[in-house]
Amino acid sequence: MTRSIQSVERATAILRLLAGAAGPLRLSEVAGTLGLAKPTAFGIIRTLRDAGFVHQDHVTSDYSLGDGVRHLHRAGIDPHDLRSLAMNWADALASRTRLEVLIAVPQRDGARIVHHVFRPDDSDQDLRVDEVLPFHATALGKVVLAFAAGIASPSPELDGYTRRTLTRRAAFDVEMTRVRERGWADEHGEFTPGVGAVSVPLRGFGGLGVGAVAVSGPLERVFHSVGAPRDEVVAATVETAAAISRSLGVRG
Amino acid sequence: MSTVVAAIDQGTTSSRCMLFDRQGRTRSLAQREHQQTFPHPGWVQHDADEIWRHVRRLVPEALDQARVGVRDVAALGIANQRETTVVWDRTTGRSLGPAITWQDTRTADIVAELVARGEDERIVDITGLPPHTYFAGPRLRWLLDHRPGLRDRAESGEVLFGTMESWLIWNLTGGVDGGVHVTDVTNASRTMLMDLTTFTWSDTMLDLLDVPRAVLPTIRPSGEVYGTCVGDLEGVPIAGAIGDQQAALFGQTCFTPGDAKCTYGTGAFLLVNAGTERPRPERTVLPTVAFALGDDAPVYAVEGSIAMTGSLVQWLRDSLEIIETAPQVETLARSVDDNGGCYIVPAFSGLFAPRWDPDARGTIVGLTSYIRKGHIARAALEATAWQTWEVVEAIRHDVGLDLQALRVDGGMTSNHLLMQHVADVLDVPVERPLVSETVCLGAAYLAGLTVGYWADLSTLAHHRHRAAVWRPSMDPAVRAHESAQWNRAVEHALGWVSHAT
Repeated sequence: MTRSIQSVERATAILRLLAGAAGPLRLSEVAGTLGLAKPTAFGIIRTLRDAGFVHQDHVTSDYSLGDGVRHLHRAGIDPHDLRSLAMNWADALASRTRLEVLIAVPQRDGARIVHHVFRPDDSDQDLRVDEVLPFHATALGKVVLAFAAGIASPSPELDGYTRRTLTRRAAFDVEMTRVRERGWADEHGEFTPGVGAVSVPLRGFGGLGVGAVAVSGPLERVFHSVGAPRDEVVAATVETAAAISRSLGVRG
Repeated sequence: MSTVVAAIDQGTTSSRCMLFDRQGRTRSLAQREHQQTFPHPGWVQHDADEIWRHVRRLVPEALDQARVGVRDVAALGIANQRETTVVWDRTTGRSLGPAITWQDTRTADIVAELVARGEDERIVDITGLPPHTYFAGPRLRWLLDHRPGLRDRAESGEVLFGTMESWLIWNLTGGVDGGVHVTDVTNASRTMLMDLTTFTWSDTMLDLLDVPRAVLPTIRPSGEVYGTCVGDLEGVPIAGAIGDQQAALFGQTCFTPGDAKCTYGTGAFLLVNAGTERPRPERTVLPTVAFALGDDAPVYAVEGSIAMTGSLVQWLRDSLEIIETAPQVETLARSVDDNGGCYIVPAFSGLFAPRWDPDARGTIVGLTSYIRKGHIARAALEATAWQTWEVVEAIRHDVGLDLQALRVDGGMTSNHLLMQHVADVLDVPVERPLVSETVCLGAAYLAGLTVGYWADLSTLAHHRHRAAVWRPSMDPAVRAHESAQWNRAVEHALGWVSHAT
């Protein structure tokens, strides 16, 4: 039988201790109660704090149970925290690729846009924040569906938006397998004719998918004339997603 | 062929160096924080020697990051925290005691005495500035009065005074060994020593504050080659210097009268290009110099500063604890449809432009049982928008400048609810630029223009790209009602402090 992992056991003990305490506890109280060395207790409690399961008072430095425990069913990250953390990276991506940048988070009926950087070509553009993109017809939707937690399968009805939209379930399932295998998705005029996009997952604490970043623009600026998206566009988006994920607490 | 322009932003908490390419895109960024000390209530000091040590290392760091050499740098521009005052020994090159920063209020007595002597009308007439602890001149006077022996040494020419750009330019150009002692005209316009019409040191102001002329730097345009770097940056021309808020105005390419920018940080600074005629507003907003390019006539700006914007959100987070992080104020504010009739006037330490009431204190009005924390969050964000509106209205009324749009930067531009509300109450589009580091960009633009790296202002305007635009969508009737309610809320905040003993 596989042995249980000690640090996970200790983490659960700390959570139970904080949940049952009359008020916030000092680090020394947590360590003393559980018979742990202070550096050990500190390492675990700080990890739990970063995950949102423990709250540390900014004045007293004492610990109590964090909101993350009560909201376990609410996976993901606050969309406005995400926008604030991602903004500089998204601007740099738009500047580098000369394409529009979109960041989205999962919701029940699609990928909801939470951040939008205009294509830097001085064309007239409107903010698309709060627009909900269909799972099956957009790069952001596919990535969110493939990688984010807590998403049910899309409805069996796959609406057609253009003649390129994947409306047959079998074709869409093949596409999703491909997205999961290579770790990113593209969109080739499937939602808006002539518009292409590449999207990469954003990962939060512990590697959990919390959203997706995409670049979007005229097909010929995103794709080669034959088939695949341009390597430099994919590379820039992958690098940006990694940078944003690091700022969300992913190690690596 | 030089490949980059370097810019230094010597700020309140840190100094940074950024490199920009010919398209105005960021190539690299290096940054170091410095110490702030608070030895007495109201005192805020920096160590000018520490800041210089940081700055001299930052530029090589930025060059290494971008993998370019000193020879690839066409020019260096400097933007700086304004009104921070440093005096130094011209023979040792060391600062004579801590630099006194712009937040420091130790000159309150000097300022009060000027007002008590009935000098404030004359001071406004000459400098454009009503006497206030903000400005550098009274700090220099305080140092001359309080540092033993300083006045004697100042009068004999052994001591130099400057704001941070003066200190850095003097050091970069050789310090004790031939350092150039200059200040740029935008920084000089914030000393309360400069005549805002002639752009020269005012004899009247030097007499009033009892400042010996020998300590003062030469006032120069913001775009000019002041000298050439020695040491690590050997041969790089220093070709621009400008106060940080003016740098942001320039970086936002506000080159035409009426072009406006607002930087939303813990507080907010709104500046509008006012053209080459000296504006004479009532005591609502401050006239100042926007920039001066070489021999061209200097361009004025009017400025309205708002004491508390982002810091009100921090208060919701740290003191009321109704949000976990600052960005979550938007999440909370979106949990309700409107302010529910609740207004917050964040006059925690008085109100700045355009009300200028140090005795105002914070108020929350319109509380009913209906009000939830979401309404409080929304009222907090709306307060920032309405304070912006007050400044814009004062500029419209006093100076006759009508905004066509507002260009924004700073951390709070990530808050869409706020940016939309600003657009709604001002009834103009609000635009966020793709390069958010507008202070460094402005200093780089000045330096690059001066040495011909960029041809002219229209080339720079062409580099500007909008990353986002919020368009006004508020019903005029709602705007009229809400602005009236805001004004009533402010009435409750004014003059709250009781001076009865």
